Amino acid sequence: MSTATETIESLVKQEYKYGFVTDVETESTPPGLSEDTIRHISTKKNEPAWLTDWRIKAFRYWQTMPEPTWQFVKYPKIDFQDISYFSQPKPPANAPKSLDEVDPKLLETYEKLGIPLREHAKLAGVAVDAIFDSVSVGTTYRADLAKQGIIFCSFSEAVQEHPDLVKKYLGSVVPYTDNYYAALNSAVFTDGSFCYIPKGVRCPMELSTYFRINAAKSGQFERTLIVADEGASVSYLEGCTAPMRDENQLHAAVVELVALDDAQIKYSTVQNWYPGDENGVGGIYNFVTKRGLCKGKNSKICWTQVETGSAITWKYPSCILLGENSKGEFYSVAVVNNMQQADTGTKMIHIGKNTSSTIISKGISAGRGQNSYRGLVEIRKSAANARNFSQCDSMLIGAKCGAHTFPYIEVKNTTASVEHEASTSKIGEDQIFYCNARGIATQDAVNMIVNGFCKEVFKELPMEFAVEAQKLLGVSLEGSVG
Amino acid sequence: MSKQTILEIKNLHAGVENKQILKGFNLTINAGEVHALMGLNGSGKSTLAAILAGREGYDVTEGSVNYLGKDLLELDPEERAREGLFLAFQYPVEIPGVNSTYFLKASLNEIRKHQGQPELDAIDFLTLVKEKMKLLELNEDLLKRSVNSGFSGGEKKRAEIFQMAVLEPKLAILDETDSGLDIDALKTVSAGVNKLRRPDSAQLVITHYQRLLNYIVPDFVHVMADGRIIKSGDKSLALELESRGYDWLIKHT
Repeated sequence: MSTATETIESLVKQEYKYGFVTDVETESTPPGLSEDTIRHISTKKNEPAWLTDWRIKAFRYWQTMPEPTWQFVKYPKIDFQDISYFSQPKPPANAPKSLDEVDPKLLETYEKLGIPLREHAKLAGVAVDAIFDSVSVGTTYRADLAKQGIIFCSFSEAVQEHPDLVKKYLGSVVPYTDNYYAALNSAVFTDGSFCYIPKGVRCPMELSTYFRINAAKSGQFERTLIVADEGASVSYLEGCTAPMRDENQLHAAVVELVALDDAQIKYSTVQNWYPGDENGVGGIYNFVTKRGLCKGKNSKICWTQVETGSAITWKYPSCILLGENSKGEFYSVAVVNNMQQADTGTKMIHIGKNTSSTIISKGISAGRGQNSYRGLVEIRKSAANARNFSQCDSMLIGAKCGAHTFPYIEVKNTTASVEHEASTSKIGEDQIFYCNARGIATQDAVNMIVNGFCKEVFKELPMEFAVEAQKLLGVSLEGSVG
Repeated sequence: MSKQTILEIKNLHAGVENKQILKGFNLTINAGEVHALMGLNGSGKSTLAAILAGREGYDVTEGSVNYLGKDLLELDPEERAREGLFLAFQYPVEIPGVNSTYFLKASLNEIRKHQGQPELDAIDFLTLVKEKMKLLELNEDLLKRSVNSGFSGGEKKRAEIFQMAVLEPKLAILDETDSGLDIDALKTVSAGVNKLRRPDSAQLVITHYQRLLNYIVPDFVHVMADGRIIKSGDKSLALELESRGYDWLIKHT
């Protein structure tokens, strides 16, 4: 018909050229995990032999590993054979055709979170023609980046287009032997982001998964790799505040960051996966391994996270401070409400000289949620003049929730300086009443007080995230008092 | 020409758990008036203030409270505040992490929104605030701090009156504003309160000591004992109380 329609169609098809979304519309893999499943995934994604081999090695290693039991979160035993490891995306025929067909409660939440109207459609999975908006924006955006030599694409695309880079860095920060879920992920990862910033380039805009077209459907076993070459810098945003539902309960992602000499990476996450209902039924298990390697001297990696969703959040974004003068930072707000559980924190491993790390963790517990901070500050023998500052604060809302802290500090060099502060507080009735007596409703008062509590973390978030994060906290804590 | 009745309390009986504290309390406050309520500890003064502000935990067993023609007891505390009721707390609580200016702006805008006025943006609000700060001789760096955090006793009381200046309430209830204040702070706070008198609003000054009433001169003085008012008069009643003491008054009523 018109060239516009043809362009749209070709653009859409082009985006679907990479990744597992291609010809799989009619494919449906039964649940189960075996070497065959893995070869199947790898074949479908048209992967080179070295990657298939890597996956198989990881799988065989995983099979020898016992499931971990030290965590302070409880969940029923996971049947790994009962998961479909290669699920097809919703075929366009079943997707809602317009916003009128979308659950009004979902739209209400988007409104509360301040998500612009045109994004509601994409987030709700409305059919193709509404996605055009983001397809065209995403495409222009990537073209601009490419002019500077910046590669930002899906992981699957990177395997096809930049195999050398992928091969060089994949598993260099989180080897498949690292832990149970990292091994599983390495065997069955579906897709994720790949980003490479060349020498001396400061990425001019915040990279966001929203613009990576396959974001919505590949959350199950996401694999992300970001490399900042010498003197480069980038700020990356993962996730979005919109509540995300997924048929798959287990999400075991792996994120690896590598910063070479004088490079900087900032990785921000806003996570609002479906947390289950008030009785703890359903809800996503978010078991993630995230680690950054400050490989080069003067390199810096900063993790910021706002975790409000998931039935269980289990992750320790960490930094290995190998390069001299390198810096690691971790700023986190983790909220648990109703029956949610979180066991989260960070590891700062000081290896090189004159390294420093900062940890600011804010845990908020409400309902019958259980929030644990688990942190490790390890100063190795070689880490002369290492500096660390840690602050973990917990806030309890109501009388049935819990906050727990498991700090580990291991110092093997006498020139190190390590500081640890912790506090626990409650939102007092008197404080709420004071706000009421000034015309401020209880829910708004709670939001104000919680935001004040989280201020130090919020100011480290990229701007647009900070505003969304505040709203998200408000929505997550709705009904937690009174 | 009759003045508007702002508050009308009739035969109020209230208590906490099984203990009766207010036992038939009556009071009428009209626009433009300043009423002082005096009494010993345990007479029920703070209970009255708490019930008027809407604090939970009290049972009203009999009587009524009418505020600007509405049943006050039916309203939530935030609704009462939005209707122009202001309580200056005896012990203002600290809210660390919440900036004072941000808090006050949120409060003012809730009230304005409720009363059909446009909300103020940050710039207009700051202009208003600076004006009011001059009125009360307050230090501008108070604005940067968290609500009541790290404030001395005197600063907390002055901050309460500052909030009153910004929110311009219809009825201001000052709950023992003088407690813990030295003479200079007392004079400053009183001067501030006096500047906020308007013909269309009223003030209820709750106090233990007559001294405050040298500076905030009331139109009416009421003495409270055992949960109700035992004597009312004009400002000279306060002076009589000062010289003769509460016991005398209680014996003679």
